[in-house]
Amino acid sequence: MSRTHLIRLTVNRVPRQVEVTPRHMLLDLLRDDLGLTGTKACCLVGECGACTVSLDGRIVNSCLVLAVEADGAEVTTIEGLATDGHLTRLQQAFLDEGAVQCGYCTPGQVMAARDLLAHNPHPTTAEIREGLAGNLCRCSCYAQIIAAVSAAAAEEEK
Amino acid sequence: MTTMRPDTAQRPGPDTEQRVAGGVGDSPVRPDGTLKVKGEFAFSSDLWADDMLWGATLRSPHPRARIRGIDITGAVALPGVFAVLTHEDVPGAKTYGLEIRDQPVLAIGEVRYAGEPVAIVAADHPETARRAVARIAVDYEVLPPVVDADAALDPRSAQVHDRGNLLRHVPVRRGDPAVPAEVVVTGEYEVGMQDQAFLGPESGLAVPAEDGGVDLYVATQWLHVDQDQIAGCLGLPTSLVRLTLAGVGGAFGAREDLSMQVHACLLARHTGKPVKMVYGREESFYGHVHRHPARLRYEHGATRDGRLVYVRARIVLDGGAYASSSTAVCGNAATLGIGPYDVPNVVMDAYVAYTNNPPCGAMRGFGTVQACFAYESQMDKLAAAVGLHPVEVRLRNALTTGDRMPTGQLVEGPAPVAELLRRVRDAPDPPPRGTDPRLLPGGVSNTTHGESVVRGVGYAIGIKNVGFSEGFDDFATARVRLELVGGEPAVLVHSAAAEVGQGLVTVQAQIARTELGIAQVTVATADTTVGSAGSSSASRQTYLSGGAVRAACRAVRAALLARSGLPDARLVDGAAVSPAGEVPLVELLRAGPVEETVEWRHRPTSPLHPATGQGDAHVQYAFAAHRATVDVDTELGLVRVVELSTAQDVGRAVNPQAVQGQIQGGSAQGLGLALMEEIQVVDGLIRNPSFTDYLIPTILDMPPMRVEVLELADPYSPYGLRGVGEPPTISSTPAIVAAIRAATGKALARVPVRPEHITEGPQWTD
Repeated sequence: MSRTHLIRLTVNRVPRQVEVTPRHMLLDLLRDDLGLTGTKACCLVGECGACTVSLDGRIVNSCLVLAVEADGAEVTTIEGLATDGHLTRLQQAFLDEGAVQCGYCTPGQVMAARDLLAHNPHPTTAEIREGLAGNLCRCSCYAQIIAAVSAAAAEEEK
Repeated sequence: MTTMRPDTAQRPGPDTEQRVAGGVGDSPVRPDGTLKVKGEFAFSSDLWADDMLWGATLRSPHPRARIRGIDITGAVALPGVFAVLTHEDVPGAKTYGLEIRDQPVLAIGEVRYAGEPVAIVAADHPETARRAVARIAVDYEVLPPVVDADAALDPRSAQVHDRGNLLRHVPVRRGDPAVPAEVVVTGEYEVGMQDQAFLGPESGLAVPAEDGGVDLYVATQWLHVDQDQIAGCLGLPTSLVRLTLAGVGGAFGAREDLSMQVHACLLARHTGKPVKMVYGREESFYGHVHRHPARLRYEHGATRDGRLVYVRARIVLDGGAYASSSTAVCGNAATLGIGPYDVPNVVMDAYVAYTNNPPCGAMRGFGTVQACFAYESQMDKLAAAVGLHPVEVRLRNALTTGDRMPTGQLVEGPAPVAELLRRVRDAPDPPPRGTDPRLLPGGVSNTTHGESVVRGVGYAIGIKNVGFSEGFDDFATARVRLELVGGEPAVLVHSAAAEVGQGLVTVQAQIARTELGIAQVTVATADTTVGSAGSSSASRQTYLSGGAVRAACRAVRAALLARSGLPDARLVDGAAVSPAGEVPLVELLRAGPVEETVEWRHRPTSPLHPATGQGDAHVQYAFAAHRATVDVDTELGLVRVVELSTAQDVGRAVNPQAVQGQIQGGSAQGLGLALMEEIQVVDGLIRNPSFTDYLIPTILDMPPMRVEVLELADPYSPYGLRGVGEPPTISSTPAIVAAIRAATGKALARVPVRPEHITEGPQWTD
């Protein structure tokens, strides 16, 4: 086995120390070392967005980020959104609008949509489409996802 | 032929349905939804057990080869490796299969497709397992593969198996095979190999049990057919092979066959430890069956005013190396292969052949998708030949209630083919093309500012059978328990029906609410401790498992009312009510729970006559129509689908939100086949096993949809419902291609349509 590195990072507001090998991806760290399996392994080449997480305030495909690159970083995963069991408006909107079917892409969709709304609180449909273009949904709830993001944005406005 | 009477006991009515929120017709939030949006839902790839090992698979790099020897010593010697197994270690049946048990658990003496499992490894880390796989040395004698289905049917072809390459031939004959016609149009069409491309990879966890059995947690479409095959291969009674459904990340047909199930169980039993297997994306492309590629030759004869006189067709499906569900796919292609049209004279021959290509089997639409592309292309050709609007020629031939299919089967219940066509024809047009380059073909690639962009509109309609056909004894089992929980009545529904994303858990709960009038319903995790529910495929599960849940609820209700001792009692607002008195449900349940398990069947179907294809093969037909509007860049061959308008009869929308989900999703997969989705197989090798090269529609590819849902009750089915999942996939593909033809005048006899077909392909009239 190859040499490991001790890295320190904050995941969902909790400080963590993890021994990682140089070739391990952030995705492996989250899923295998920390047991945060909400972040999904899917295409493994940065095409599908199922592994989307927030890294220092920017969303990344965690299958393309080396774990060592996250040393010192602040990471938010899907498990870090709901507080005290209360869903965020966006999560609730995904449920209400029927934007969840098999649900495998859902964590990535929600993370990408959250990032979109953080930068653009009132996106147009076209902007939602562009913002989520990196997240595949094979059940193809795309119309429902657009409705969910729009609903969450409208809710935000109230 | 036996004429079946509508089962009046199954009909909906105010005397049996309870009005309660979250019942049939509502769209309650799905019970697994909260976990899914929080990232806490356990998919099969998320499972974990202390002390577990990781499995990995060595696959053949050759589509056809003899195996001279396998040397596992290098792999066994690697620290951390607990087991390296080959076919010699399979204790029971060495082969399995849905219809024909022709597929080896691990290759025996030869490999028949590139990607075929040869050996399996269990190790303490996934990387160790992969390294061990790389250390297994297989001595192959490479043989020339059979890679073309038509060539495979030539008697001089090399044989993939020793019983000939013809897997099934289904002839259908109706009327006069030699009748002439005033107008004749012919065409040859081709459909590429589509992949289900579910996002959650094949995966599961096998745990050895102290009783000598094994517990498997797995993502599948049909727990009991997995159980039967696994038990056979392990040499165990089925009672010692227990399956529990793990979270399923999409299915679309690709989980009807086994993938890692037997392998994980073998490794777990061999090592005495839990074994997890998860395929990577590339391996997933080798790990499941695909949609059959097809070549289809059609001849349509009609009168000058566009009425069909005959259809003659020959369909050749490439089944790949193993049978999977190919024979049933072929049956569908043959029996539904002329479309939802009333045609007096039919000569149809559908064939499926073994080749050394990747095995093909179930995918949404199941044999009808390929045929629909061909017969709808033909209908457009006919419309042009007789000078009619494409919808008008379809209306003149539209199947309707009381007509007969080419199989001789009477079409009972609503068959709103003409109505669906009129709905999509009359839908408002999408807005005209704007100037925003992002909304032009090529999108953000900024390849045009509108020059050479032409708009086209196309139509198509399809037909699909719901449920398993040709005499298959199709049934579903459901257990319903009504009891007091915390002093309040609560219902537990338990079945083996696989929730694959479609929303079956929601629907089961809705039916229980409607039948029992109780809001508190829990749907237990599907497993094999209850009888088979059949497959979550063929658009059948709401019909079949829905029917079973309803029947079990009614049995519970009857038992409960009997407990009341009241004559002619009915369940009204949480009480047994009769003219003689009233007893609250809570009181009745104090004596203990009421539990009923029911095995429920739909009307029987019959096999097809082997020479004529005559027979009442299908239990229910479902229909959907699409209108596609496209913008095409004729210089670059790029297409943007501007809008899809669809109309579908669902009999009854048990869950309107889930119906929308199915229609949107199915239409998108049809769009994928029309424009982008094809597994490129060259000399038996998959050249694009990744989402970089196998393209599925993104949110930018999927246009806004206009969806019209008709609810014309089927008198035979629970609540009048009709299977929903597959029809949208069938007609969206030909509608999009028809729209591109309308814009470009190109022939486009093959899907997916590639840019060069548009820029350099022959004209439609050539």
